Amino acid sequence: MVNAWEVGTMVAVVGGVVGFFVVLRGSAFPAHAIPNGAFAGAAGANLIAVNPLIGLGVFSFAAALGIGTLSRRGRSDAVTALALVMMLALGAAFLSLSSQYEPQIFSLLFGEILGVSSSEILPVVALGVVCLVAVAVLYRPLLLTSIAPDIAAARGLRPPRIEIVFLIVIACATTMTVPVVGALLIFTLMLGPAAAAQCFTNRAGRAMGASVAIALVTIWVSLVSAYESNWPVGFYVSVFSAAWYGIGRGYLWWRTRQPGRTTS
Amino acid sequence: MHVLFEPGFFTSAPVRTALIIGAVTALVSAVVGVFVVVRSQSFAGHALTDVATTGGSAAFFFGLSPLLGFIGGGVLGAGAMELIGVERARRRDLSTGIVLSTALGLASLFLYLDTTNGATTGATQQLLFGSIFTVDASMVPLVLGLSAGTLAVVIAINRPLLISSISAELTKARGINLRGVGVLFMMAMAVSVGLSSIAVGSILSTALLIGPAAASVRLTKSLHASLVVAGALGVVATWLGILFAYDSFYWVPSSQGLPVSFFIVSLIFLTYLLSGLPTVLRDHRRSARRDSGAAVAATRDSLEVGA
Repeated sequence: MVNAWEVGTMVAVVGGVVGFFVVLRGSAFPAHAIPNGAFAGAAGANLIAVNPLIGLGVFSFAAALGIGTLSRRGRSDAVTALALVMMLALGAAFLSLSSQYEPQIFSLLFGEILGVSSSEILPVVALGVVCLVAVAVLYRPLLLTSIAPDIAAARGLRPPRIEIVFLIVIACATTMTVPVVGALLIFTLMLGPAAAAQCFTNRAGRAMGASVAIALVTIWVSLVSAYESNWPVGFYVSVFSAAWYGIGRGYLWWRTRQPGRTTS
Repeated sequence: MHVLFEPGFFTSAPVRTALIIGAVTALVSAVVGVFVVVRSQSFAGHALTDVATTGGSAAFFFGLSPLLGFIGGGVLGAGAMELIGVERARRRDLSTGIVLSTALGLASLFLYLDTTNGATTGATQQLLFGSIFTVDASMVPLVLGLSAGTLAVVIAINRPLLISSISAELTKARGINLRGVGVLFMMAMAVSVGLSSIAVGSILSTALLIGPAAASVRLTKSLHASLVVAGALGVVATWLGILFAYDSFYWVPSSQGLPVSFFIVSLIFLTYLLSGLPTVLRDHRRSARRDSGAAVAATRDSLEVGA
């Protein structure tokens, strides 16, 4: 349980920070597609008997690069969908070639956070720090290309290139989290808390802080609930995240009803 | 003959059912898909397969008809996506994501309960990957009927659909109910996606919806042409995929063959990549011409690219 607590905290911090940009840039689809497709990499790694982490890494980075480059010429949402199904189809082929047990598929998709061993913590923390550093370095260009792509281009930034770098950050977060928390959980943690946070405030720094705080509360409460009830963590995380978003939307609605205040 | 068609291909009943169901699903998905691609709703199109799967896993758990679960789940999910927000394109992406993640959470709960109750081993794999070869022949009339209904709805609203995807102002000027058209289309999409997820699995459902349509939109210039091309691409990819999957029982030594979804998706993905070739070649030729052209023109072009 202590291990799960540590890993969960790290995942929530990364999810909250990266999620802030996922919501701001409207990248919910890649944030779903990369973790979900990368699970095929773990299946492939299993087949040729290497560390699943390598398979996950290769697949998620390939997905990020593929989606980024193909989006320049095509519709990015269609490209994302196709990259996702291609990876899933490869995963299905890998699974049919190996004699994978069903519980393993389940845990790759939905996570097994309560079964995290101490040796798995170090890679998670290391990759998490890499993600956070990358976001810190890219903070201003990411913000500018998200909010005002025209100004960013005028300043000599290249939005498509920034987009690829951002997808790689998502890939990095994916590699770190899928083996321990599953493809579902990281997507949820990147979306719900950040979406709720942006309902409460318009200031970038505050929204990012709020998004991390909400993600932390969500994962902690979910861990306790899952521990008590024995139901999957992913279920609680997704339900609590959706509830936070509901509260955020409710707050926005209430704000617009307040007399004498303008909505911004 | 035996080089291409391994023995028994034409006499096997599961193969025949697969060919029929596959073609119908591919055709309907391709037609709906053209509108999905043009309206940039690929994320919703994909998310609905997962939402439908959640409905399926719930139906498994409560002992209801899976078809009811898949279609009911999809329709409920589509309704929720529309309810949460459609006013801005970016919000739409967000509401789809929130509904999707909630649905996946519920799916994990139902699948967990299914497996711990122990009655339905193989539920996860069956629900997630599906198999076109295990479709029950008795489902064929039902799938045909519902598909025809979906197709009729989409074709009936094809003009408002197209206009509203091009310009919101134009839609208002024409007196078209934007919201109504959007909801109706989402519902049609939910039924189509629910049907295809149960018939061919959720991976193939997305692939058949987006792939042929995205390729044909790049290749053609008019709506009718892209509908025809998308339908043809979808059906051909599906039939070839089924053939390869059947033959792969004989290729791979001592195995149960490779999944049909792998072949169909690979063919579709390849088609999409190839469909970009004409544009790449044209750009190539244009840039070659530009290199030999006047410097002034080159500067102007690069300024346009930069802006």
